[in-house]
Amino acid sequence: MDILQALDAVWAARWPILEGIQHTLFISILSIIMGTILGVGVGLILTYGNRWIRFLVRLYSDFLRGTPVFVLILACFYILSVVGIQLTAYQAGIFALTLFCSSHVGEIVRGALQAIPAGQTEAAKSIGLTFRKMFVSVLFPQALRQILPTWVNTATEIVKASTLLSIIGVVELLLSVQQVISRTFLSLELYFFAGFVFFLINFAIEKVGRLVERKIAIPT
Amino acid sequence: MSSPILEIQNLHKRFGKFEVLKGINLTMQQGDVISLIGSSGSGKTTLLRCVNFLEDYEVGLVAVAGEQIGYVEKNGKRTRLSEKKIARQRAMTGMAFQHFNLFPHMTAIRNVMLGLIKTRGMSKDEARSVAEKWLERVGMLDRRDHFPGQLSGGQQQRVAIARAIAMNPQLMLFDEVTSALDPELVNEVLEVILDLAKDGMTMLLVTHEMQFAHDVSNKVIFMHDGKIGEEGPPKQLFKKPKSDRLATFLKNSKF
Repeated sequence: MDILQALDAVWAARWPILEGIQHTLFISILSIIMGTILGVGVGLILTYGNRWIRFLVRLYSDFLRGTPVFVLILACFYILSVVGIQLTAYQAGIFALTLFCSSHVGEIVRGALQAIPAGQTEAAKSIGLTFRKMFVSVLFPQALRQILPTWVNTATEIVKASTLLSIIGVVELLLSVQQVISRTFLSLELYFFAGFVFFLINFAIEKVGRLVERKIAIPT
Repeated sequence: MSSPILEIQNLHKRFGKFEVLKGINLTMQQGDVISLIGSSGSGKTTLLRCVNFLEDYEVGLVAVAGEQIGYVEKNGKRTRLSEKKIARQRAMTGMAFQHFNLFPHMTAIRNVMLGLIKTRGMSKDEARSVAEKWLERVGMLDRRDHFPGQLSGGQQQRVAIARAIAMNPQLMLFDEVTSALDPELVNEVLEVILDLAKDGMTMLLVTHEMQFAHDVSNKVIFMHDGKIGEEGPPKQLFKKPKSDRLATFLKNSKF
């Protein structure tokens, strides 16, 4: 393997590859943000919702988590258009990843809230807090510390799952690299390069996650 | 005459098929200190938790300062109050728990300040000075910036008592506050309670510390099987139990 030759090829194709990286980042970040917002809602309903809405959201969550992301992406792209919702590949991909993310975040949030001892709720009630105030000051800050490590894990899963969008023609990092490979035939070197970039992105996410985790850790 | 601080009439409470409270009557005037004793499962803690509506109840009346807790009666029909009203009523009483239940992500002083700010609507500065006053009273001012995880059980419980009492409740509820403590930490908490009692605080305690119940209360209630088995001044109850049940209970409690 000639490393110089590979670097040369990457350099020559830097603009399309950079654009691929940019798309990967944009798709991942947007899906994670929207999926998290939706997921917090899912988690709240799973924890506090009344029986019927909880049942519906439970179905939603179980179904999404039980389906491969790959199938989800294909479904969002091909099936939605059949029922008259026309999304571009890009939009359909973000939509699929958002749904996937929301179901996982939902379970994380539910688990974290349910792990808080009942005594916390009782103490908050005993000093006259309404549910909203109790949630904001007592429950959520504690849940957040539980959520963060697993949430970081989910975020990296989304970044990795974004490569699957290449199958519906979204030119994210993997597909942009594949396009360069088809011109240069440097598959080993360039796949390695793509893998390394994904690793860097996820490594950065994990590092930031750890940092925040340490910052908000409760002293004992 | 002003209405009693606490009035309980014919209180019934069941968990599913199991009736825990079978008609309790109890009245507390300003400054009363009443201890509830009895074996576990006799309904002491449940009774206490009905007073601040941590448990709802099916039949009867619980009223704090003349105001029925949790429900409103209209044309003979009982409806549950709104969450907001219940929250306001809960703040009329303060409660200390067996397992302290301090908020682990807040320092001692923030634990005390939370209710003052969120429920009583105080400014931060105002809340801080009230919290400092009470932390000093329970001997915890020097630990004000410690997190619960950095405090011993006895210290946590003293902060928890400060948190409850800083709200200036009409009535303090103590639910087996020393049961989870190491023996050598029990006294520091009991001393705080004794100190508050001397100050005229109205208190309802569930306790397994018979000597303490004897010393602090002006009335002791022995609960048995969801009912009041025997009640009276501590001297009479501890020295001359009328029922065999209470006599046996006291013997087993090593009083």
